[in-house]
Amino acid sequence: MTLLNLVNVSVRYGRLTAVRDVSIDLKEGQILFITGPNGAGKSSLLRAIAGVTPTAGGHIEFDGAEITGRAPEDIARLGFSMVPEGREVFGSLTIEENLLVGAGMHSRTAGAKGRTASDLASVYDTFPILKERRHQQAGLLSGGQQQMLVIGRALMTRPRLIAIDEPSLGLAPNITDQVYERLVALQSERKLTLLIVEQSSARAVMVGGRMILMRSGGVVLDGDARTLGNSEAVQAAYFGYEEQ
Amino acid sequence: MLQIIFDSLSLGSLYALGALGIALIFGVMRLVNFAHGDVIAFCIFALLWPSTDAMAIVFAGQLPWYLLVPLVLIVGAGLSVLCEITVFRHFRRANPATMMIASFALGFVIRYFLLMLFTSRPKSISLLPMLSQPVEIFGARLPLLQLITIVATVFILIGLSLFLRRTRFGLEMRAAAENFSMARMLGVRANRVIMGAFALSGALAGAIALIFGSQTGTADIQMGASIMLMAFIATVIGGLGSLAGAVLAGFLLGAASVVMQVMLPVDARPFRDAFVYGAVILVLLLRPQGLIAARGTKERV
Repeated sequence: MTLLNLVNVSVRYGRLTAVRDVSIDLKEGQILFITGPNGAGKSSLLRAIAGVTPTAGGHIEFDGAEITGRAPEDIARLGFSMVPEGREVFGSLTIEENLLVGAGMHSRTAGAKGRTASDLASVYDTFPILKERRHQQAGLLSGGQQQMLVIGRALMTRPRLIAIDEPSLGLAPNITDQVYERLVALQSERKLTLLIVEQSSARAVMVGGRMILMRSGGVVLDGDARTLGNSEAVQAAYFGYEEQ
Repeated sequence: MLQIIFDSLSLGSLYALGALGIALIFGVMRLVNFAHGDVIAFCIFALLWPSTDAMAIVFAGQLPWYLLVPLVLIVGAGLSVLCEITVFRHFRRANPATMMIASFALGFVIRYFLLMLFTSRPKSISLLPMLSQPVEIFGARLPLLQLITIVATVFILIGLSLFLRRTRFGLEMRAAAENFSMARMLGVRANRVIMGAFALSGALAGAIALIFGSQTGTADIQMGASIMLMAFIATVIGGLGSLAGAVLAGFLLGAASVVMQVMLPVDARPFRDAFVYGAVILVLLLRPQGLIAARGTKERV
């Protein structure tokens, strides 16, 4: 079943076109990597889906509902959870408070208290370090711990899809490994759909799943990450050799 | 000595409450709300019948205090929320300078609306007259009102801080103040949080109106503007967006004003404000980010 459907989506900043006519169809339960060089429009695309950046054309459907032009909080409430680039923890709030912000959208439904408590416990199960430091300010965490915190915070919203922008940014390779290990485990446990943006295709090849390669605002390649691998097609598309 | 401390605290209370009202709104929407002072003035005039006489005809002002106080707070919160819905909401995506000009304009609209109904002549009113009798504490004779001002401010500060730390809404406000767009991506409703901030800020304006009105015994269209200026300076010194900083700086400014009034040579006293503002410049030179720098003063997206 299609969970996220982009049809000819464009994003413009003034006269600069960041994303041009991108169409992507993402099935429930899939892992999709969007890779590509700096400035390919990956982050802009993600921000457009999340409703933070307005689209200049095309339309976006989530779970069959049109979400183009809707407010970020409405899109989040439908089950699309975004972990933006640079993580963006609430540095002055404690770790537990950060997690609780994510639980807010369900706080008015019946049985909310118990559900929030069990969601919190399950996030702490996945990331024990967060439990240990739960009363500390989130700004004091290391980069890797912050990445775990924002993934945990996204889980608190009970999402159907988590979109993560460059989870490896600024992390040591072994920490990145840990983060991905948890992500993949979560994905299979909870039937989550993952949409991950990374600059390099190496991680996609390692983890597996579907991979889309973007360059200059458009989709250049779309296929199975392992099949595409580090093939010449990927390198050509990445660096734009085919134009010469 | 005790007299000076109490004077400082009660003047500082006014500035601190005013600064809080500005900092709350700045925190969630990067708006310096210059209409805040006129909301304060409006709260006082809401208790009077429209007339051009010097002696005000009080109507709601005669209510017993337990009705009067909530009424003024609700008037402040209501007007403030109305400002947000009719004006500021449409400037959400505008840059901070545009929003600031809009708030100036709105302030003038409110002020001239009052001018139309009441003229510019200050009116004498007696609000809560039972509070003007003096009480004796540790040998100092203090007006009961001064004591109540300080106690009420402390209660408001504790209440607000509990509200921000212990409630769901407070949590969302703190998150939104630090990173509005991230908070929205987690499902925090932008309109609800901003309206909440305006309501709180307006209620604080109501509290200031009550205190100032009963202290001075006059209702003056200009009254909001003078507090507003000091309150705004306090928010800047405190570190724009930092609530604790705003309160701290409010009390410091109050203390500076009172202490200079007493300590300066007699000849220099008429120029007290120049000295106070001179100190302000000094503080800003030494700590341009404010006493307590706020987190997340990032551009709101």
